[in-house]
Amino acid sequence: MSSNKVIYAIYNDDDVLMDAVKQTRAAHHHIEEIFTPFPVHGLDKAMGLEPTRLAICSFIYGLIGLAFATWMMNNIMIVDWPQDIGGKPSFSYIENMPSFVPIMFEMTVFFAAHLMVITFYMRSKLWPFKQAENPDVRTTDDHFLMEVAVNNNNEEELIAFFQNTGAVEVKVIEKH
Amino acid sequence: MYTFSSRLKTFAIILMVLGALGIVYGFYMAPKTTADVEAILEKEAAEHHGSHAATETHNTATETHTTTKEQTETGHHATNDATMADTVHADTIAITPVADTHHDAQVVTSVAKTSDITTSTKAVGHEVHDAHADHEKHLNHVLHQLQNKPWAALYVACIFMMLIALGVLAFYAIQQVSQAGWSPVLFRVMQGISSYLPVGSVIFFILLVLSGLHFNHLFVWMNEGVDVIGHENYDALVAGKTGYLNVPAWLIRAAIFLIGWNLYHYFSKRNCLLQDDATDNLYYKKNFNISAAFLVFFIVTESIMSWDWIMSVDPHWFSTLFGWYVFASFFVSGITVIALVAVYMKSRGYLEFVNTSHIHDLAKFIFGMSIFWTYLWFSQFMLIWYSNIPEEVTYFITRIEDYNLPFFGMLVLNFVFPVLILINTDFKRLTWIIVMAGIIILSGHYIDFYNMIMPATVGDRWFIGVSEIGSLMFFIGLFIMVVFTALTKSPLLPKRNPLIEESKHFHY
Repeated sequence: MSSNKVIYAIYNDDDVLMDAVKQTRAAHHHIEEIFTPFPVHGLDKAMGLEPTRLAICSFIYGLIGLAFATWMMNNIMIVDWPQDIGGKPSFSYIENMPSFVPIMFEMTVFFAAHLMVITFYMRSKLWPFKQAENPDVRTTDDHFLMEVAVNNNNEEELIAFFQNTGAVEVKVIEKH
Repeated sequence: MYTFSSRLKTFAIILMVLGALGIVYGFYMAPKTTADVEAILEKEAAEHHGSHAATETHNTATETHTTTKEQTETGHHATNDATMADTVHADTIAITPVADTHHDAQVVTSVAKTSDITTSTKAVGHEVHDAHADHEKHLNHVLHQLQNKPWAALYVACIFMMLIALGVLAFYAIQQVSQAGWSPVLFRVMQGISSYLPVGSVIFFILLVLSGLHFNHLFVWMNEGVDVIGHENYDALVAGKTGYLNVPAWLIRAAIFLIGWNLYHYFSKRNCLLQDDATDNLYYKKNFNISAAFLVFFIVTESIMSWDWIMSVDPHWFSTLFGWYVFASFFVSGITVIALVAVYMKSRGYLEFVNTSHIHDLAKFIFGMSIFWTYLWFSQFMLIWYSNIPEEVTYFITRIEDYNLPFFGMLVLNFVFPVLILINTDFKRLTWIIVMAGIIILSGHYIDFYNMIMPATVGDRWFIGVSEIGSLMFFIGLFIMVVFTALTKSPLLPKRNPLIEESKHFHY
């Protein structure tokens, strides 16, 4: 039983990689991770990854920004000190609303964009001084790497399988 | 090849016949003399029994029409300014329903003040205000509004449907010039829709000529003697604009614009068909060139068109971004119509290569252009509201006071609704969502055009009744008839377009 062994199948072409992913999925081997130097169009679909919900988060953040801007300006301009500034009607929020719209818009965009980016960083565990998790430096340049767990004693069979998928290199690594 | 379904054809004919009946009814019901108006007003007064609301609305109507005129009067200038600023201020406040008695009183008094000024300005040379003459004037004013109503209804529906065809044509030209890889499978649909342009422009031009021949009263600047000093209709502001706003020049410009657009439509369609049987890409390149030239011509003529045909119903008012605003309105309507026709044809099994990705792209355009329209609408409104200069702001005061629901309602239809519905990627691929959103956006933009024309032509006498719905039905019927007949004339898939393969396999 060697449960923490993984196979690194390395490819040098994204089309070959896509085919290999499809074959691996068809053979029901569990893909742990794939490392690519650039976004490969359709890879997430081929791997069967769930669609992202980042856009939904962003929409909600935008609504929060809009609500915040509205609350803030209502509080400052209408409730707290309703001054007559150049004849603008400060009797109620709606009467002076057109002049608040630019801020409401910007706040919506600001909240939607920044909170979404921060969510992205948190969900993908990215921050300054983070230890890079690259299994092979070549994957940042021109190689594609698929990591598959060897959970049974079928190491030989798996190596043969990945060599047939067009991998330029197949390695078995003991993961800590 | 597409065959025009007989049910759709019958539907179009029914729309046209009912619409024509509605139009005729509208003209028949319009009052002919001030005596008719008197009867109508008495009937209304009886309905509003005992309330002062009726009189108040009449005052507002007179006021809205004449506040701008005050400025022409040089003698009263200084005294008017104070009252005018007051009025404008009070009117802006009156937007919101505030249950404040003092506030109400303020509005009423300022309205009363303005109507005093109105009469004094109008009755040049008369020191004493004659109540009877005032009443006659009022009757005459209402008569003009009511006589304009069927004409304005016809005008709005006609220009709206014609500009939709023009919007499709502009979208088509942009697709040609940008060498879009997704849209060539939809080119024949776009050509089919823009085939309404020749028919629509002929009818529209006839309407313009009829206005020029004084069959109606849509354009105040065409009034007899408007530029003759001393004439009772003399209006110094309009007189200063007669170098631009005069009937012959106005008709010549209209003819040039309409002919230019129709020429592009004709040649582009012809080249596209010739390209089908060609051995090289000569016709494709020709289309590229004429499309680029058309876009330059279009953006200039579109701007001038919006001054001539829409802004000039309010000859005292002007706005710089008006041309863009009108463009955004009919452009988004045009794209919506492309989506609706494509979805319909697809559901009948005619557009083999159009998939949900193409529809998705169109929906994204609808979404984006809806927001663009709102951006321009708001930019125009907010700039004028913020600075509140009397000569500009009357435009919005009439709309907010007399057209409150259509004016703000169209914002919901044209902005809030598309933003909330079409923001979702999955929704943009669903036929029923596209159809529902499309119908709502189109009605919203009809109301947009309605709001641009009606306040200046019928004032507070507006109503979306038989005339308006009839005119709209007639032109929609005609549109369906012309567009789907044109679609039967050529194959629905361009054959040798260099981008057609990409377009067939387009997938987003």
